[in-house]
Amino acid sequence: MIDDFSPLWISMRSSACATLITLVFGVAAAWFVAAYSKKTKGLIDSILTLPMILPPTVVGFFLLIIFGKNGFIGGFLEKFNIEIIFSWAAIVIAASVVSFPLMYRTVRAAFEQIDSNILDAARVLGANEFKLLFKVAIPVAWPGIAAGTILSFARSLGEFGATLMVAGNIPGRTQTIPVAIFFAAEGGEMDKAYLWVALIFVISLIVMVLMNYWSGFQAKLLSHPRGKL
Amino acid sequence: MELYVEIKKNLPGFVLDVKFEGSKERIALLGASGSGKTMTLRCIAGLVKPDEGKIIFNGKTFFDSEKGINVKPKHRKLGFLFQNYALFPHLTVKDNIAFGIRGLSNQERNLRVGNLLERFDLTGLENRYPHLISGGQQQRTALARTIATEPDIILLDEPFSALDEHLRSHMAKEMLEILKEFGGTTLFVTHNIEEAYRICEKIAVLCFGELHVFGSKKDVFENPQTSEAARITGCKNIVEAVRIDDEHIEIPLWNIRIKTDSKTKAEKGYYGVRANHIQLSNGNSSGNVFKARIVGNIETQFRQTVYLKFAEAPNGNSDYHVQWEVSKDVWDKISKEPGLINIRLPQDKMYFEK
Repeated sequence: MIDDFSPLWISMRSSACATLITLVFGVAAAWFVAAYSKKTKGLIDSILTLPMILPPTVVGFFLLIIFGKNGFIGGFLEKFNIEIIFSWAAIVIAASVVSFPLMYRTVRAAFEQIDSNILDAARVLGANEFKLLFKVAIPVAWPGIAAGTILSFARSLGEFGATLMVAGNIPGRTQTIPVAIFFAAEGGEMDKAYLWVALIFVISLIVMVLMNYWSGFQAKLLSHPRGKL
Repeated sequence: MELYVEIKKNLPGFVLDVKFEGSKERIALLGASGSGKTMTLRCIAGLVKPDEGKIIFNGKTFFDSEKGINVKPKHRKLGFLFQNYALFPHLTVKDNIAFGIRGLSNQERNLRVGNLLERFDLTGLENRYPHLISGGQQQRTALARTIATEPDIILLDEPFSALDEHLRSHMAKEMLEILKEFGGTTLFVTHNIEEAYRICEKIAVLCFGELHVFGSKKDVFENPQTSEAARITGCKNIVEAVRIDDEHIEIPLWNIRIKTDSKTKAEKGYYGVRANHIQLSNGNSSGNVFKARIVGNIETQFRQTVYLKFAEAPNGNSDYHVQWEVSKDVWDKISKEPGLINIRLPQDKMYFEK
């Protein structure tokens, strides 16, 4: 039986944090690529999508290099006695990096689907870039942004490989549900593994069902040019 | 001059190269799809950057490639009505109209929006979303949103193309009243000759990025300058012609000689005759009267389209030579008479070099 529910709270908390981070950076990157990059679009797009394609262990490896004691950021933070590796922050960073491409790609597609005349209308009506993004592009692309957020959350929740490499398996501190499942199964505690598996299965299913209902509702809302709901 | 436009832009398939001036008047940019008329409008609005040229409005330079000036759309103070209206789907009718209003207190802003709602017959719909109102209401909302910012110039991109026939003529009438009240420079892009004539004072005809003719609507219809412009302004019959002397041209395909007022000196060119400018003649009078045979006809709701072949023509394989629009009365008369009929072609300026 499960006697310690800390992996659930750690997973939920870190996934929520990671989703918030990817939301901000994902929307910003998607807007930049959709609205401004022209010739360099293919290259920028490939780089931003890489974490999704690469094996999570490769992402973890890069994060170790960057955030490790001899790393570019890790070395800098050490001067302030901040250690990232094997901390709760490492889970958030790993989950953010791995789930970022899902957010970025979903939101970029949503931005690119906006009728360009609507953005042009806003420009002619005097909107600056800030108003264009926050008063027009984001509200119009909202269903896509919401979908990206849910997908990123689900992906963050399931993150294993990179998390294990940079955050390790410290029960009560960095042990997330997927990591707990791995070590329970390996240690022969099949009952415990079953329970965690069932729990994450239910959470993921609920998230996906909610998303499908919600996007169906949104599609209905937007696909009636003159009709009624 | 209020507006001075001189733009060049390389586009896939053709080069847009136009130059024209306008004052406080309504100008139609008439052309087939792909003629560059919408692109011209987008360049003036600042949504597209021309490769070269100058756009000056009211003494203010919007664009000058030599001086490196390219004013952003938000600083051009213009109204742009999009073909699909481009209403903001996430905002209500009221918020759509208020979107561009700046520098007013909330109270003044609400007052202006309220006035516009009333003037554009949208009262009661202010809290609806665009997808819940009819096409005509959507257009009125878009027009109100354009007027709300008190623009100095209004640009309209095929504003009626998304409406059905009935609503179209109704909206055209409303639009004309609003534009007259506005009183500033208006550019109206359309491929519909009737709308251009009805709404505008001047017409510019564009073909493949070139301006073929620009002038008062009457002049443009009487003397379109080129055969392509004649076609776009609705001329149904255009044929190759050869110049004989200062007053006459010959049409080899029809084997007839026509008296013309055209001053074109070109040896070879084109002759055009509008389907409704052909007249029935009793055959006695001289001057541009020819014998022709009826080879077919199609009935439309108010008129009859008759297809004619000239009697003197060599036996060609073309089914007919000219298309003729006649009233039902005239058709009743001629359809009963067997054999050849006499028709008179107008003595006008419809001989063109190209």
